Amino acid sequence: MEWLQQLVNGISLGSIYALIALGYTMVYGIIKLINFAHGDVFMVGAFIGFYAITGWGLGFFPALIISMVACALFGVLIERIAYKRLRNATRIAALITAIGVSLLIEYGVIYIRGAQLETYPSVLPTKTFDVFGAQISSKSLLILGVSVGLMLILQFIVHKTKTGKAMRAVSHDMDAARLMGINVDRTISATFAIGSALAGAAGVIFGAYYTKIEPLMGVIPGLKAFVAAVLGGIGIIPGAMVGGLLLGVVETIVSAMGYSLWRDAAAFIILILILIFKPAGIFGKNTKEKV
Amino acid sequence: MKKSKSFWVFLILSALTFGVIQFLMNTGIIDDLYSNMIILMAINIMLAVSLHLVIGITGQFSIGHAGFLAVGAYVSAIVTMKLGLPFFVAILAAGIVAALAGLLVGIPTLRLRGDYLAIATLGFAEIIRIVFLNIDYVGGAAGMQVNRLTTWTWAFVCLFITILVIVNFTNSRHGRAAISIRENEIAADAMGINTTYYKVAAFALGSFFAGVAGALQAHNFYIIQPTNFGFLKSFDILIYVVLGGLGSISGSVIAAVFLTIISTYLQDYPETRMIIYSLVLVIVMLYRPKGLMGTKEITDLFKRKGGNNHDK
Repeated sequence: MEWLQQLVNGISLGSIYALIALGYTMVYGIIKLINFAHGDVFMVGAFIGFYAITGWGLGFFPALIISMVACALFGVLIERIAYKRLRNATRIAALITAIGVSLLIEYGVIYIRGAQLETYPSVLPTKTFDVFGAQISSKSLLILGVSVGLMLILQFIVHKTKTGKAMRAVSHDMDAARLMGINVDRTISATFAIGSALAGAAGVIFGAYYTKIEPLMGVIPGLKAFVAAVLGGIGIIPGAMVGGLLLGVVETIVSAMGYSLWRDAAAFIILILILIFKPAGIFGKNTKEKV
Repeated sequence: MKKSKSFWVFLILSALTFGVIQFLMNTGIIDDLYSNMIILMAINIMLAVSLHLVIGITGQFSIGHAGFLAVGAYVSAIVTMKLGLPFFVAILAAGIVAALAGLLVGIPTLRLRGDYLAIATLGFAEIIRIVFLNIDYVGGAAGMQVNRLTTWTWAFVCLFITILVIVNFTNSRHGRAAISIRENEIAADAMGINTTYYKVAAFALGSFFAGVAGALQAHNFYIIQPTNFGFLKSFDILIYVVLGGLGSISGSVIAAVFLTIISTYLQDYPETRMIIYSLVLVIVMLYRPKGLMGTKEITDLFKRKGGNNHDK
């Protein structure tokens, strides 16, 4: 029953990717910007959770909520300071700014607290269940539960609330949405807030599950979450969830087969294959290019 | 007539630069630290100019240039260290293999545009790095020992050829085709320009010179490791091009020179260096998105008097 265990590991990893990918896909859907700094919001979230747990002695869930709120504010701040002026700039200028913001956050954090590793205290119960012969830890189940819960809340916000309706309208057609009286700036800020909150949650979950955090930890998961978003079809929320889970499972399988050094390459190979053969992603529709 | 005149001016100026710096090095006025910085500067200028061809001239946003640098570095190291061939062969082999890698990467990915192309090139660069990390023949993660063979003469000759080829490419029919792709790909296509051909050609040429720069870099330090060629290196090169001005070769050169000096002085403070780099990147994009020089060249300053700008 080795494979069942690997599958559970893969889904746990994948749910972290999915949480980060949701932020990417929402921001891309609304302002067509690859927010490179998103992976660093994830890192900041992990650190806020860490300090909340070690400094204030909080439990997992309070730390999760504090980190989500702080990251939401942080995301809005990034959007207001750096990205807002770039609404009408070229795509390359926006992308370069995003890279710059990402580097600034990474090295800013290193400058403030140094580059050393930090070990998350164990805040989750560590029991293992025996399911059909596979050892499944309560940690993975809890993480999976929290991730699924957050995704359900997100679905509710996007489909049942007024803000969600505004978000969908703005991502469909920004100018028309503005003509209909939607406050576009506030909607974009709300998107950043929600996406960053999810990244912050992913950071705390990552810390609690993998225990090691450091200032450059956001780079690779950030890129992979982007791969997950592209895999599912960028701008499509269920696509990001499926893409993230699929990527996590594929990576775990590659590792389990004994090619753990090639794990990072697997994600990028998937990305390139998807971009070449079905650039719209699994859930995307092909669109014709117009002049 | 005018063109050949500016060529001779360029040739004399570069010979003069070479002679003066060589003289200062021989007499010991420039010590080891600075002569090393000057060689590094030449390598960085080559990288900046080769990426300028891809991003600035052809408008293809590639952020995986360090991958081709890695290919050049490793191929040249294998040629000199494992096969025992002369350095000249290593430089040539590095360029050719990097250009082939450029073709291999460029043909599938250059169909993509904008953001997707950026991410795909970044992904390819990471794959290249991971491949070198997993090949035991080149030392894996521990890296590979390389003799120091790069001299100012080698660096200068390579730099000279790089700039000459890229300037001539830009001013040729091919260069104009590439610029038209940058301005509007669909319109260029409609005008009968084979956009795929020119994009791939510019990409391969850029990769060739990145490979040559890789050969020089590998033989300038005593060791090469896969970690030297991560995406931070790609961003370093990107910053030269963006800061100098997208589409300005002299801008790229100036930015590369300037940032090499800054990073030499900040060598002991890598975090400060990266914070300055990233702040510069963000501020330039917010307040002057065209970069310092825009698409202008430094030679335009001298041309204006005659009012003869039609050969631009």
